[in-house]
Order: sequence, then C-alpha cells, then structure tokens
Amino acid sequence: MQTKRQYEVVFIVDPTADEEVSRLTEGFSQIVTDQGGVVTKAEPMGKRQLAYEIDHHKDGTFVLLEIEGSGHEIAELERRMRVNDRILRYLTVRVDEDRRRAEKLKDRRARKAAKRPEHRGHGSQDRGPARRGSSMEFAEPSGE
Amino acid sequence: MSTNYEDRPRGGGYDSDDDGDRRPMGGRGGGRRMHRRRVCRFCIDKVDLIDFKDVRLLQNYLPERGKILPRRISGNCATHQRMLAEAIKRARNIALLPYTTD
Repeated sequence: MQTKRQYEVVFIVDPTADEEVSRLTEGFSQIVTDQGGVVTKAEPMGKRQLAYEIDHHKDGTFVLLEIEGSGHEIAELERRMRVNDRILRYLTVRVDEDRRRAEKLKDRRARKAAKRPEHRGHGSQDRGPARRGSSMEFAEPSGE
Repeated sequence: MSTNYEDRPRGGGYDSDDDGDRRPMGGRGGGRRMHRRRVCRFCIDKVDLIDFKDVRLLQNYLPERGKILPRRISGNCATHQRMLAEAIKRARNIALLPYTTD
C-alpha cells in the first residue's frame, strides 16, 4: 500500500453513556494508532435526535473520526465497535478517492476558467477582422 | 361543399394544434408543481463533493414522505443527482435522515 487511504468513521454512542464518549473516542483512536493508522481528526458532533429509533433509542451522541491508513485498522475498529454495546451504529466511508476526484474537477474548472477569457478574446479578434475583410471584399467589387 | 372544405382544414389544424398543445401542457404541468428549475443547483454553486453529514442540505431533497426527490423535479444534473443520492443513503444509514416518515 503506497498510497494512504482516508476514511471517515461516524459512530453513534448510547446517550445514557454520555460520560464515556471521550473515553470511547480515545480508545478507538488508540486502536487505530496501534494498527499503524493515523487519526487526523476526532470531532464530537454532539447529541442529536435520531431519524428513526435504533434499539429503542431516540437520540444519540455522534462522533466523527478521520483516519488515514491502509485499511486494516478499519477492520479492527469495526470489529470492536460491533462488539461494543454502547455503540448504536457506525458508518465508515472511504473518502480519498472522492476527494481526489473533487480536486481534479476543481483543477479542470480552474484551467477552463483561465482559458476561457483568452479564447473569447481571440475569437472576437479573429471574427472581427475576418468579417471586416469579407465585407471589404464584397464591398470592393460592388464599389468598382 | 363549403362546409366540407372547412372541415378538412380544421382536421389538419387539429393535428398541428395537438402538437402545439403538448408542449404548453407539459410546461403547465411543471409550472403547477413548482417553478421549473432546469439548471442544476450544485453545478451553479460548483459543488464537487456532497457530504452525507450535511443534513440541512440533504433535507431539501427529501419531501415529506422521505423519498429522494427525482431529478425531473429538482433539475439536478446526472452527476450531482448520483452524488446526492449516495449522500442521502449514507445519512439514512446512520440515522441522520429517515428511510420513511409516516
């Protein structure tokens, strides 16, 4: 694995175990680093209402982790979260490919934007003389 | 005879009228539901990435029932509709958005 993969992991903690959130987050971060990954961001998203009930819970505490690594740490992390009763749900999304794609689109747009005014300028310049020239040609025979 | 003559052109006129009517009808239908936006909002805003955590944004594309708003109504381009649908599905998975609402 030459290129590091980037992941976003969101997990929902049982709101009745609110004090444990930071401890859990630290524990998961530790697991990731033990496996050779890097936690680039650990951000609590706060307590919010769930869109639907999960195990009879109507709300939960959301935590976002951004992880960089090979992918093996994700497997371990998910295994731990699956076993943990405090974790109502988790979602892992690989983001590096999408981000790279977004970057590419941005670059392309920037290049296009840089090109476009030039094109327009050339176009008008090209068209202007050409039109004038053609009209002159038409005008000259008619005039003569 | 004169009535016959009048009938024939009318028949022909009917066909052409029908064709002419279809477009306005479609336009009316679209106008009735919503102001028709034929442009993709995401393209205008130059969005390259739709985040599944952006509940506020995604909620605009979930009508009361909780279904994903189709492209023909939102006017999104195919690329952005795909990104949007993917984001909504992810958000549903972690209970940020509902699968259904009754």
